[in-house]
Amino acid sequence: MAEERKELIKLESGEAEQPFRWSAGVYGSKFLTELRDNKRFVGVRCPRCGKVYVPPRNVCGPCFVELTELVPVSDEGEIITFTVVSFGFVDPSTGKQKPVPYGYAVIKLDGVDTYILHYLDETDPQKIRVGARVKAVFEEERTGSMLDVRHFTLLDR
Amino acid sequence: MGKRVAVVGVGMTKQRSSRPDVTGQELINEAVRAALEDAGISRRDIDAVVIGNMDHFEGINYVDTWSVDGSGALMKPIMKLTTGGTTGTTVAMAAYYHVASGLFDRVLAIGWEKNSESDTTGAIITAFDPFWDRPIFAGAVAGLALEATQYMHLTGATEEDAAYVAARERRHALNNPYAHLHINLTIEDIMNSPYLSWPVKMGDMCPRTDGACAVIFASEDVVDEFPSQPAWILAVADRHLWAYTSDPYVNQALENGWWFPALEWAAGEVYDKVGIRDPLKEIDVAELYLPYSFAGLRYMESLGFCERGGGPALVRSGATDMGGECPVNPSGGVMSSNAIGATGLLRVAECALQIQGRAGDRQVPEVKIALATGFGGCFWSDVLLMGREMPEKPRG
Repeated sequence: MAEERKELIKLESGEAEQPFRWSAGVYGSKFLTELRDNKRFVGVRCPRCGKVYVPPRNVCGPCFVELTELVPVSDEGEIITFTVVSFGFVDPSTGKQKPVPYGYAVIKLDGVDTYILHYLDETDPQKIRVGARVKAVFEEERTGSMLDVRHFTLLDR
Repeated sequence: MGKRVAVVGVGMTKQRSSRPDVTGQELINEAVRAALEDAGISRRDIDAVVIGNMDHFEGINYVDTWSVDGSGALMKPIMKLTTGGTTGTTVAMAAYYHVASGLFDRVLAIGWEKNSESDTTGAIITAFDPFWDRPIFAGAVAGLALEATQYMHLTGATEEDAAYVAARERRHALNNPYAHLHINLTIEDIMNSPYLSWPVKMGDMCPRTDGACAVIFASEDVVDEFPSQPAWILAVADRHLWAYTSDPYVNQALENGWWFPALEWAAGEVYDKVGIRDPLKEIDVAELYLPYSFAGLRYMESLGFCERGGGPALVRSGATDMGGECPVNPSGGVMSSNAIGATGLLRVAECALQIQGRAGDRQVPEVKIALATGFGGCFWSDVLLMGREMPEKPRG
């Protein structure tokens, strides 16, 4: 008797897509519209501990109080830590392969107590350092997204 | 007051890169049948089931419902949990809480994943905020690379220090027939492997794995029914500190120095409850959720096995090798097998086998106290301390 041929079937989800509509909230919306319309960063300050949050949110976790005070913050800051991504993966925001390599960093904007993630305009890790100064470079066409900032550029090359 | 609780049975599938021969339910069933057989009981004896995975890796939600035939939960209480990398340890802790409450005597915990069914990095990114994180964030590999850069900057640790850890894990995995990777990678091999996300290289990272694990928890009132020696839960704790992916770096670098507060706090809590003062000496074996090599340096510091910055010297001393003061990951750990929802529960299962003296070629002699941890998302932590002696009381 001939050995049974083993065929293991897989079902591909292919181009299937499930759309979502997420809410940024009042403070997230204010942040994104300022970015889009005025190329400015704003944060929100805790009335109890004074910590300034970016991205803005309406609660300070440690104090557990409501945050209402919007404050302007700088578009410059420093690198807290960084990486250069060189492996390929599917970007769930687009369904496409993310273009690599790219550098990105945890950035502390001046006047802010929290950090943001953003792209760097450098892909050689030997040319990036913790503590380096960076400044936001804005896109010409802006839509109200973190990607209205194209990347942060290294200031002291 | 609650009941004291022991692990009385474990089952695991062989961890493999891909299991196209089984569905999720069938994979779960392999581990469950192994655990029931190990405990010498049948499906009927189980009072409740706790199960966990991360839905977004398979894209099929509600495993608690669609796996009931395979999990053995048909017409029984079942609860599903998803907490990221910690899923397996959270499942173990929830099973512990079920039994410790006194409401259930025999609870089955299941963790599983089929990481072969999706792009792991893409799926992980969907756990993060679509406005602030997703546009930039590149999943676990890059998130961990950010930690590695910060750690090297603050301590002077090197990529070669990390490679020592990765080589240890792969060497230990050779003793574990269930491990996914059976490759004796040398430090040189790891240093020569390509960068995935600088400074993290291919050899530094865990694999993507298909696998399942099942563990049976029993109350002090019924442990005598089971053939193997009970592996008691001495204390458990967990801590979270994350809202957006960049938040942990704030907590670590600004407010608390540069360590890992969720792990340090959770470990400190279980040590206090059990009376552990010198973890390196008092703990006989550790099965730690080390998702990549640098974790095997920094987390040793947060677990109190050495001073901050002392991780490289500790691992290079051999203290964490087989035969050392406290062997870490005799199973080969997460860097050798990472079916994500199963991974934390495997740590608990391995600790149980070590306490019971049933760990085969990976057995550490005379294990009285064993430490299991779970690591998730952006640096949250589960910690379980287990032991051979029944504790004085159950400790949350």
